[in-house]
Amino acid sequence: MNSPANSAAPLVSAEGVSLRFTRPLDLAEKLARRIGVKVDNPVVHAVDGVDLEIRPGEVVGLVGESGCGKSTIGRVLAGILPASDGVVSWKGKALADLAPAEARAARLAAQMIFQDPMSSLNPRKRVIDIIGEAPVYHGIIQRREKEAYVSALMERVGLDPSFLQRYPHQFSGGQRQRIGIARALAVKPRFLVCDESVAALDVSIQAQILNLFMELRRELDLTYLFISHDLGVVRHISDRVVIMYLGRVVESAPAADLFDRPNHPYTAALLREVPRLDARHRNFTPIEGEIPSPINPPSGCHFHPRCPHAFARCSAERPALREIAPNHLSACHLNDRGQPLPAGLHAG
Amino acid sequence: MSNPVLRVENLQTWFHGKKGISKAVDGVSFEVGRGEILGLVGESGSGKSITGFSILRLLDAPGRVEGGRILFQGQDLLALKEEEMRAIRGRRIAMIFQDPMMTLNPVLRIETQMVETILVHEKVSRQVAWERCRDALGMVGIPSPEERLKAYPHQFSGGMRQRVAIAMALLHRPELIIADEPTTALDVTIQSQILARVQGLAREFGMSLVWITHDLGVVAGLANRVAVMYSGRIVESGPVDALLDNPAHPYTQGLLGSIPANIPRGEPLRPIRGMTPPPLLRPSGCAFRTRCDFATDACLAEPEPTARALAGGLARDWRCFHPRHDRSAA
Ligand SMILES: Nc1ncnc2c1ncn2[C@@H]1O[C@H](COP(=O)(O)OP(=O)(O)OP(=O)(O)O)[C@@H](O)[C@H]1O
Ligand SMILES: Nc1ncnc2c1ncn2[C@@H]1O[C@H](COP(=O)(O)OP(=O)(O)OP(=O)(O)O)[C@@H](O)[C@H]1O
Ligand code: SF4
Ligand code: SF4
Ligand SMILES: [Mg+2]
Ligand SMILES: [Mg+2]
Repeated sequence: MNSPANSAAPLVSAEGVSLRFTRPLDLAEKLARRIGVKVDNPVVHAVDGVDLEIRPGEVVGLVGESGCGKSTIGRVLAGILPASDGVVSWKGKALADLAPAEARAARLAAQMIFQDPMSSLNPRKRVIDIIGEAPVYHGIIQRREKEAYVSALMERVGLDPSFLQRYPHQFSGGQRQRIGIARALAVKPRFLVCDESVAALDVSIQAQILNLFMELRRELDLTYLFISHDLGVVRHISDRVVIMYLGRVVESAPAADLFDRPNHPYTAALLREVPRLDARHRNFTPIEGEIPSPINPPSGCHFHPRCPHAFARCSAERPALREIAPNHLSACHLNDRGQPLPAGLHAG
Repeated sequence: MSNPVLRVENLQTWFHGKKGISKAVDGVSFEVGRGEILGLVGESGSGKSITGFSILRLLDAPGRVEGGRILFQGQDLLALKEEEMRAIRGRRIAMIFQDPMMTLNPVLRIETQMVETILVHEKVSRQVAWERCRDALGMVGIPSPEERLKAYPHQFSGGMRQRVAIAMALLHRPELIIADEPTTALDVTIQSQILARVQGLAREFGMSLVWITHDLGVVAGLANRVAVMYSGRIVESGPVDALLDNPAHPYTQGLLGSIPANIPRGEPLRPIRGMTPPPLLRPSGCAFRTRCDFATDACLAEPEPTARALAGGLARDWRCFHPRHDRSAA
């Protein structure tokens, strides 16, 4: 896969972006507050100081375990959720500084495709309206062009255009995902955030949709943030891979580098443990411990309670994400120790 | 296989509906030896769960076992009275579900449910039962089990809840465990922890396992043998290495071609065209023929299982008129 020049200015970027959610109180906490106990609403640090750049034409895979903030940063980059702190930029300009017309164009140019097409498609609308409404509304096409426009899009994503008048429930899961893709493409986006877009599909259908994503990228010059917990899928379609752990980016590198030479101990553990077709009759040797809560994350490096290489500095100080080789970023204090990495870290 | 722990013969499980009979399981046969882990794989709707439920006789109406035999240690489970089956279920054969809340009661402390599970089947003191529960939680990797026994299911994370469900399944050291996608909803590192425990326990106690999953990677790492299901039938089975390296059935080949790991980075995957028909619309003859690139007129008839012996007393079989594994050039 030809990787876009690294010198190109980013299409979308996040700088020091954080997003905190305030969780509503549960019953016990509400009762406690009612009798006069001071109870603060718990704060979830969903995204915690993330730097990320996505260049035009690039496919960036975003990987991490449940609750680490992948969907949240995806929504922030798509312009759907405002960040609590930090700056999100579109073509080098902070979203907050864009003129209204520019802001609208940026919002249209970034579209999301979700995991569960059923819950993101209006069940009472026909396919022609699901796909065709937005481009008419935004003046991309005239109303009278709608049917031809939607038919062409349906054909492009592998749906039979004679199903124009059908409702979402009359389609299979894979076909509904195609409807979701056609809907996103209808407003001529530059940037697609695919959030677990193939996770709910059977492998044979998943492969059909992945092929479609790869074709669309080539034909329409699209840029993707591809969020997935499936390392095999991410490896296959990404130019660059970003690994998150508990709200932070811990490693980012060109796909081949990341899979061949993981630097961060968490990345290394993840790659070692992912089930693989060629790893037969294994002895599973997992890292122990649970994924900690983002309400009360561990101090310093968030991974230190589970990290086999942790040392004193790890619980005291947050490791900065910095370049350890060309285009290869990692956030681990081991890189400052000026000694070779512990054995096993490079084992892919 | 001599003296398999489980031998399923031509199992038929059907659902009688308004539109007709859905033959969800339509002639499934397989065996599991002592200490063996069989991976049962296939895409959504292929009949994996219904096969598992049929073995334990946990089917709800309108589902019914219409034919076949399920021999557990030589005894036909389908011929047992419900109370005889109750003595086997949970004690000698246990099931682990994708959703641990199918096993756990949300309103009871873990301690209460686990201790009761033992006392129902065995005449031991409450104290002895409690100690066994504590040890079982420890064995599946739950830290400070004495304290955690007092907790309710909602006080555990998803991964921890699944471990509790596994600990409960292990309480009686069953001879056979049927695990229906128990790690599918879990993160990679947590899945790996659970696979490690299950594998260790199976080795230690010689338990046999049927591991239902759609993840061939999990099967590659965990199982000794694989059976591939498509539309209510096992289309191919055999030792893990033979089957994954040299698939005979076009459906197995298609599954493997859909997995990114088998194709160079960035190149088009080779998916199977179309999608799995529901049992009511299953084509006659070979059910795969509407999606198969190698179908001929011969495939209008139903292919019977063909077996071949491999070195070391192992065997593999497939149901296809034009198996692919001899055409190594392809
Ligand atoms: N609207 C919200 N209100 C409160 N907390 C939220 C909200 N949305 C997300 N969170 C919390 O923020 C954290 C990050 O969530 P996010 O959905 O971004 O994770 P994710 O990496 O996408 O996980 P998954 O793989 O499960 O989709 C989680 O702890 C989640 O519970
Ligand atoms: N209650 C029911 N009534 C009618 N048909 C049913 C019922 N339950 C299951 N089936 C049919 O049985 C078939 C097999 O279902 P089963 O749940 O065993 O599939 P599976 O292989 O476990 O799929 P998955 O991977 O999605 O869990 C399905 O195609 C479904 O149509
Ligand atoms: S900073 Fe320390 S705890 Fe964190 S990954 Fe590196 S060695 Fe492990
Ligand atoms: S029997 Fe015929 S249709 Fe069925 S899998 Fe074999 S070649 Fe294809
Ligand atoms: Mg998410
Ligand atoms: Mg199932």
